[in-house]
Amino acid sequence: MAAPVLSEPAATSQRSFWRRNQMRLAPWLFLAPGIAFFAVYVIFPIFQSFHISLYRWDGLGEARFIGMQNYERLFDDPAFYTSLKNNLRWLLLYLLAIPGGLFIALFLNQQVRGIRLYKSLFFFPFVISQVVVGLVFAWFYNPSIGLLNPLLGLFGAGPVNILGNPNTVTYGIIAAGLWPQVAYCMILYLTGLNAVDPEQVEAARLDGAKGWRMLWYVILPQLRPATFIAVVVTVIGALRSFDMISVMTNGGPFGSSRVLAYYMFEVSLSEYGFRMGYGAAIAVILFLIMMVYIAFFLWRMWREERGA
Amino acid sequence: MFPTPVERRSAAVQNTYKALLPIALIMWLLPLLMVALFSIKPDSDFTQGNLWGWPSTFAGFENYTRVFTDSAMPRYLLNSVFITVPTVIGAVALSCMTGFALGVYRFRGNIWIFFMFVAGNFVPFQILMVPVRDLTVNMGLYDTRMGLVLFHIAFQTGFCTLFMRNFIRALPRELIEAARVEGVSEIRIFWYVVLPLMRPAIAALSVLIFTFIWNDYFWAVVLTQGVESQPVTAGITAFNSQFRAAYHMMSAGSIIAALPPVMMFFLMQKHFIAGLTLGAVK
Repeated sequence: MAAPVLSEPAATSQRSFWRRNQMRLAPWLFLAPGIAFFAVYVIFPIFQSFHISLYRWDGLGEARFIGMQNYERLFDDPAFYTSLKNNLRWLLLYLLAIPGGLFIALFLNQQVRGIRLYKSLFFFPFVISQVVVGLVFAWFYNPSIGLLNPLLGLFGAGPVNILGNPNTVTYGIIAAGLWPQVAYCMILYLTGLNAVDPEQVEAARLDGAKGWRMLWYVILPQLRPATFIAVVVTVIGALRSFDMISVMTNGGPFGSSRVLAYYMFEVSLSEYGFRMGYGAAIAVILFLIMMVYIAFFLWRMWREERGA
Repeated sequence: MFPTPVERRSAAVQNTYKALLPIALIMWLLPLLMVALFSIKPDSDFTQGNLWGWPSTFAGFENYTRVFTDSAMPRYLLNSVFITVPTVIGAVALSCMTGFALGVYRFRGNIWIFFMFVAGNFVPFQILMVPVRDLTVNMGLYDTRMGLVLFHIAFQTGFCTLFMRNFIRALPRELIEAARVEGVSEIRIFWYVVLPLMRPAIAALSVLIFTFIWNDYFWAVVLTQGVESQPVTAGITAFNSQFRAAYHMMSAGSIIAALPPVMMFFLMQKHFIAGLTLGAVK
């Protein structure tokens, strides 16, 4: 770096400082506001939550340091295990959205009249807020006004009270959650199918491939990017499930439909009193589970970046 | 094309397919159709057990008008607008800059900052809940729309940066290089060269973020509590306790609450889907 010439006026030397260094300074200038916001509202709070999880704190008064006690209590808490088990159910069953979405995408991947409108209408449950989806399904399941029991009646089954029975409630909510998620996966696959190389398909057809074999050996490998994104968003969506549980059952009956995300909220901010430290400990566990997926995603991204 | 286009199959297959489409659609949207039907029925249909039949009188107009005149719904809708629109502007503005910085410059730490945004965008909300609520209370912004907006801008910046950075990476670099050779300053390059090329990305992100924020429920219940500041997703709970067991009213209310993002989607479909499926194709 050349020293500024003394006789030069200050303004020019400043401008030339910017001139000389702008390639190094510009990125940080552009990043500063975004990083500042993100650090204050996302990055620091993650560490703060880890910290708070070591305290007993009602959110207002003095916080008392209790070490790992919150975590120890967690492992004796039956509600924690119920939530964990339900999270596992969500995680596994929510993945059905992927084959479900693929199935509908294959069904709709045609070029008949009006198909575009059909695609939009199949997709639009995803655009509706989960709160409304939750309400809609709660009424659909409702034993006195819902359409589900009359429908089951046609097949000689039922009546059932899905949301009132601890054994079925979680499955009922997951089914409601699958509705928008299938729509999401469908649109991912429709876009993917659009980009499938037609020459490869024709070549495979000449070789006598069709139906399942064609799907498995020719189409699915080309849909891999879509499948990857579908898995990522579905797993994250499953672990984030909160809105529907809150709207449809409030975690009930008898806390049987809680998941970690909901239980954490209930512990920290509900009529049972504010137990922020305990809530933070639950959040930390949920965070660590999610971190496995985040790490996997970043690792894959890093590999791609290096390849590029 | 896969599966085989129906035009290439027999007439019987074609007709079956065309008949199946509307049936499948009705089955797919059945729960929603049920709510739509409820929303145009008069109260008396529910007491007389006419749940599934044709409405005895068309009460749609009356029900939907009552949503606006007899409840706080207009206020909640307005709150949602005042929360969603500033968030969209803020998050898109911030991420145009971060995306530009991470997409155009090669410098040490670039990839780590990028990963920080990506990872932060995936964390569970609960790990942020207690500290963010605390911070908002301390800033005196608890139960204000501003408190929600600031958090949403910050959080959405993660996803938006991912989106913008990848978009900018795909732009032709020669344009930027050429401008540099001409001696155009970096700030002017951003403003006059790159930003105009980012229009499609800005449109796609705006629609997506609008939908995400309009539909947010968790942060609405964590950071606000009254009719003064709660958005419609949280307000619908209060609405439903006001009209407890009046299913025609609750149905109409839900449909109104869900409508703005749906309209946004149908109006801006191309951008919406382009945004959502970014990365689904190589």
